[in-house]
Amino acid sequence: MTAALRFDPIRLPEKCEQLRKEVRAFLAEEIAAGTFDPHKPNREDTDVPEFSRKVGARGWLGMTWPKKYGGQERSFLERYVVTEEMRVANAPTRRFFVADRQSGPVLLKYAPEHIKMDILPRICRGEICFAIGMSEPNSGSDLFAAKTRATKTDGGYLINGTKIWTSSAHIADYMIAIFRTSPPTKENRRHGLTQFLVKMKQPGIKVNPIGQITGQYEFNEVVFTDFFVPDDHVLGEVDGAWKQATSELAYERSGPERFLETYYVLTELVRAVGPDPDTRSAEGIGRLVAQLHTMRRMSVSVAGMLQAGKEPVVEASIVKDIGTVWEQQLPHRVRDLAAFVEETATNRETLERQLDFAIKTAPKLTIQGGTTEVLRGIIARGLGLR
Amino acid sequence: MAESDNIVVETAEKIFADLADPQTINNDKKGSWQAPLWRALSEAGLPLSWVPDDLGGSGASLADGFALLNAAGRFAVAVPLAETMLAGWLLAQARIASPEGEMTVLPASPRDRITVDADGALSGRCRGVPFAKAAKHFALLAHARDGVSIALVDASKARTESGLNVGYDHSDTVTLDKVQPVTIKAAPKGLDQTAMMLMGGVARSLQIAGALESMLDISVRYSNERVAFEKKISKFQAVQHNLARLAGESAAALAAATSAADAIANAKSFDDAVYLEAAAAKIRCAEAAEKGGGIAHQVHGAIGFTIEHILHRYSLRALAWRDDFGSESYWAVELGKLVASRGADELWPLVASR
Repeated sequence: MTAALRFDPIRLPEKCEQLRKEVRAFLAEEIAAGTFDPHKPNREDTDVPEFSRKVGARGWLGMTWPKKYGGQERSFLERYVVTEEMRVANAPTRRFFVADRQSGPVLLKYAPEHIKMDILPRICRGEICFAIGMSEPNSGSDLFAAKTRATKTDGGYLINGTKIWTSSAHIADYMIAIFRTSPPTKENRRHGLTQFLVKMKQPGIKVNPIGQITGQYEFNEVVFTDFFVPDDHVLGEVDGAWKQATSELAYERSGPERFLETYYVLTELVRAVGPDPDTRSAEGIGRLVAQLHTMRRMSVSVAGMLQAGKEPVVEASIVKDIGTVWEQQLPHRVRDLAAFVEETATNRETLERQLDFAIKTAPKLTIQGGTTEVLRGIIARGLGLR
Repeated sequence: MAESDNIVVETAEKIFADLADPQTINNDKKGSWQAPLWRALSEAGLPLSWVPDDLGGSGASLADGFALLNAAGRFAVAVPLAETMLAGWLLAQARIASPEGEMTVLPASPRDRITVDADGALSGRCRGVPFAKAAKHFALLAHARDGVSIALVDASKARTESGLNVGYDHSDTVTLDKVQPVTIKAAPKGLDQTAMMLMGGVARSLQIAGALESMLDISVRYSNERVAFEKKISKFQAVQHNLARLAGESAAALAAATSAADAIANAKSFDDAVYLEAAAAKIRCAEAAEKGGGIAHQVHGAIGFTIEHILHRYSLRALAWRDDFGSESYWAVELGKLVASRGADELWPLVASR
């Protein structure tokens, strides 16, 4: 049983290190040019279209996809390196991140050829933004409770209902969403959901921003009223989306973005304590670095499994569980240690400002991408308990 | 149990399964299982896995030896297998042949020091030395005026005071008072006390990870058998979530330990990358021993707290192994100092270098 929970010590191949240098150099240039400020994770506007296009021009979007769709046919591990460098630099990835990580792979797998030819190259160029419509009011993590209906009509479907907590819906050009095409069956409550490609910014869709406790506006309520989706925008099997959606989640759960969201406070703490820390600070930093290193090793290992064509659903859930709990606790542990930072530390104000924001961010981390409780249920199933 | 794909581990697992069944050992208060187990391990050449053929060992690779230690952890083996392996490895670094029989390695704490006098005699006091009472020889690292030396010492020449660790295994205090070694040679460049502690720490990390794998197995099994409130306790969501956390701790420990072992096996020296990996593994595995062991006991309820049940063979030993070759607090301070001295902007490059 535990044989299934081995995380082999995958090493990133040499070409990843060359790529890492290129990404770092690119980010340093963009920072120097004022495109974004790495010390402001709470910047007002994380949607920077020209940054997306530059990343696309470098060939760092859709990296693993076939060349005929604008991809680079590079490895999943190379993509991993780009993701972690962007995350650590607090780069404004909002516009392209979801499309690159999740929506593109779904289209590759399930969209008809003409749609792939139309949309995937535009994702690769960093021109378009995607949102994911899974949660609904009163469903949330319970994906199979979704009620928003797709009713068959001439040449397509009419959508009625509401999606919620939809990140980036206010700037998105497309959404990949699941809608109810049939009621669940007695035998299978997962039955009856279908995945659709939705073109946003059309009549029949209303996007209402929802404010967050951080002061930002990232997610939205999306209301569909008799919104028409053509037949060729059905992705995969009608009534069978649950199979598709769950394998998609392995990509969403184990990446470096699942333990690096509050990483910046650790960097600033190290800066603030200086080269010769007291014992308490040294011990605190050492533990946090050991935990970070371990999670990253696990995450890289899952990336290796994905590269090998496996579907490490349980392993990815473990990485997400441990990773998000860690990044949630990190600002609080850093705050404990920051109490002893000298008044004269050069970055004291930056540290305090970042801590303030990270502490406000922390509560969402164990919720987004699947709540901790749901993930632990998946792990328990993998252990043979359910 | 994890399936092994290497012959060293397969051999060891067969011996452990035949002669180190935890329930049998737990019922045997006289320790009569120890001699046959040690004999079988020795006949298979496992205690001297890391010693080359020409120095009396079986010349297994570092990687195979590390996998063997992980398997030993899964069986919570309470004979000085890891200790003899480490001792043989240390002696081999100075091309000193390994004698037969049980060995252990000194010092076992980064704070203890053995020094070499002008006449070549060794002096020093080492606390918490695992299985010193059982050892016929000590392999040790000593500080001489002109550098570090590796020595083989007849255990009967030292004064050994018995102690027990949290897991009821021998953890003794060894005092050397002008003891003449059997052999002493200069250590190769880069093989210093820190390197020895990192090597020992990774051995312990693999053992802890193995013990956690077994704790997860037996806890899952128990939860599927034990009925309370008219259902199997595995059906209670709270229990499932605890076991999911235990799986996470077990996986984290194994990932950290195997990554560190892989780093040592593939590095030319005990460089910065090995330092990060080995120190991090010891810290994270020790934390996992505390959290994971706590959950395993919680799942088992009162029965797991009894001396008759085998759980303590894993849980207490995993807790005890935290202390050898530098505790997690020690390594956290050292790693924190290293990170701070490099500066904030070097932290991510260091982590990402692995």
